[in-house]
Amino acid sequence: MSIVIGVIEEGLIYAVLALGVYITYKILDFPDLSVDGTFPMGAAVTAALILKGVNPAATLVLSFAAGLLAGCITGLIHVKLKVRDLLSGIIMMTALYSINLRIAGKANLPIFSKETIFENGFLESVVPGALDPYLVSVILLLIVAACKVLLDLFLKTRAGYLLRAVGDNDVLVTSLAKDKGAVKIMGLALANGFVALSGCIYCQQKGFFEVSTGTGSMVIGLASVIIGTKLFKRFYAVKATTAVILGSIVYKACVSIAIAMGMAASDLKLITAVLFLLILVISSRTERRGKIHA
Amino acid sequence: MLELSHIHKYYNTGTVNEMCLFNDFSLSIGEGQFVSVVGSNGSGKTSMLNLICGSIPLDAGAVRIGGQDITHMPEYKRQRRIGRVYQNPAMGTCPSMTILENMSLADNKGKPFNLRRGTNKQRIEYYREQLSRLGLGLEDKLNVKVGVLSGGQRQAMALLMSTMTPIEFLILDEHTAALDPKTADIIMELTDKVVKEKHLTTIMVTHNLRYAVEYGNRLIMMHQGHAIMDKADEEKQQLQIEQILDKFNEISIECGN
Repeated sequence: MSIVIGVIEEGLIYAVLALGVYITYKILDFPDLSVDGTFPMGAAVTAALILKGVNPAATLVLSFAAGLLAGCITGLIHVKLKVRDLLSGIIMMTALYSINLRIAGKANLPIFSKETIFENGFLESVVPGALDPYLVSVILLLIVAACKVLLDLFLKTRAGYLLRAVGDNDVLVTSLAKDKGAVKIMGLALANGFVALSGCIYCQQKGFFEVSTGTGSMVIGLASVIIGTKLFKRFYAVKATTAVILGSIVYKACVSIAIAMGMAASDLKLITAVLFLLILVISSRTERRGKIHA
Repeated sequence: MLELSHIHKYYNTGTVNEMCLFNDFSLSIGEGQFVSVVGSNGSGKTSMLNLICGSIPLDAGAVRIGGQDITHMPEYKRQRRIGRVYQNPAMGTCPSMTILENMSLADNKGKPFNLRRGTNKQRIEYYREQLSRLGLGLEDKLNVKVGVLSGGQRQAMALLMSTMTPIEFLILDEHTAALDPKTADIIMELTDKVVKEKHLTTIMVTHNLRYAVEYGNRLIMMHQGHAIMDKADEEKQQLQIEQILDKFNEISIECGN
């Protein structure tokens, strides 16, 4: 049972990241590697702020804002300086590694004794002790649901329509007398906001900031997006955002199965990479078969 | 009034392949004119449209709309007054969005794209009515993604979308070239109807000489960056396809092919 709860917790934390990757990869059609830097940035901002005595709930908003800013810079590098999409992400990711160390002050910053959104005086006084094992999952579920609903609502606004249009056919955006570059920057900002928020939640749940946690987060996000959208493609009632969240949980389940089958915890990144490769191969196979049938 | 004055445009500047397309090219198009532009490949038809829309930079000269110099205005800002339909039907619509969403996008052109609802429910009836005028049955498929529509259906939508909000100029870049003859006829008739209804100043590039002769009130033939034939109104009405073909042959002999 504790394994299942662990999978759900991890899955939900990374679901927020996956929502961000969904915006860049699926909507914008932009392989954004800055994710590997903005995820730990969210954690660094959170750890530093909590140690300064800032309200843990406020760090959610502040790390989202930090991610927004980082995404803007990736966008500006790509749009204004005309650097290729993949390279602008790599530049940002590399720069953020040092920036994260500056924010946190060191490579590993624990916040164990501090109050977080999962452990604080208010929750202890309200929630009966018997529910403690499920508390983290419930809080996570609330956050993820809020993110999902807000994103869904945003995608139905005029700005959201424009964001979807720019990834689909940017010529049309120009035809609508809108600057497609500005729309791309907006999309990247929003996506990295979600990613940093995910890093913030990760930090509060694990109780520390670690500079290397970002490595592979892009892959985790992509894997979740691809699993989710492929797995639930046939279910028209399931929205893409919901599918991505479920995809994140399924992905984390696969990883924990691999570990349960005897892989060491230090093999985590290897498992991440191999699983992602498998998913890519399988999804491209099924696509090809689908095309022949159609 | 649209004016191109003393335009110079070179391609591949600074390489051995340097090519001069426009050398002191000037053209002015009066308000309400419907200009058909014909000419062989590489004669500068599409480049001219791109220069007007700002899709490519020019080396010297000026582009003016109603006296206002727009030479250095970015492409997207010019598009507020211009509607453009491309040869490729996929360019005018968003494939992964529904017909309704595409119509809403087009309807919001010129308005701020803020956090208000993307689709105005009160406008749905209007969209339905506009779509039904196409006679393609699209009004019953509002929630279908545009990506599954045929080229002709998409092009009809692209035409509708580009002329939905008030614009001054309509730019048609071989917009019937990718369609089968019957669909092309339908789209062409539709174009003519829209242009007349909204009194749009129109520039249509086409390889279909019949369309060039039948529609519009001015015909220009381009060759090596110059307008070698320019007939308007009365003169244009008397123009026959044979005359245009003769001119074409004349050019070909000059060029030695």
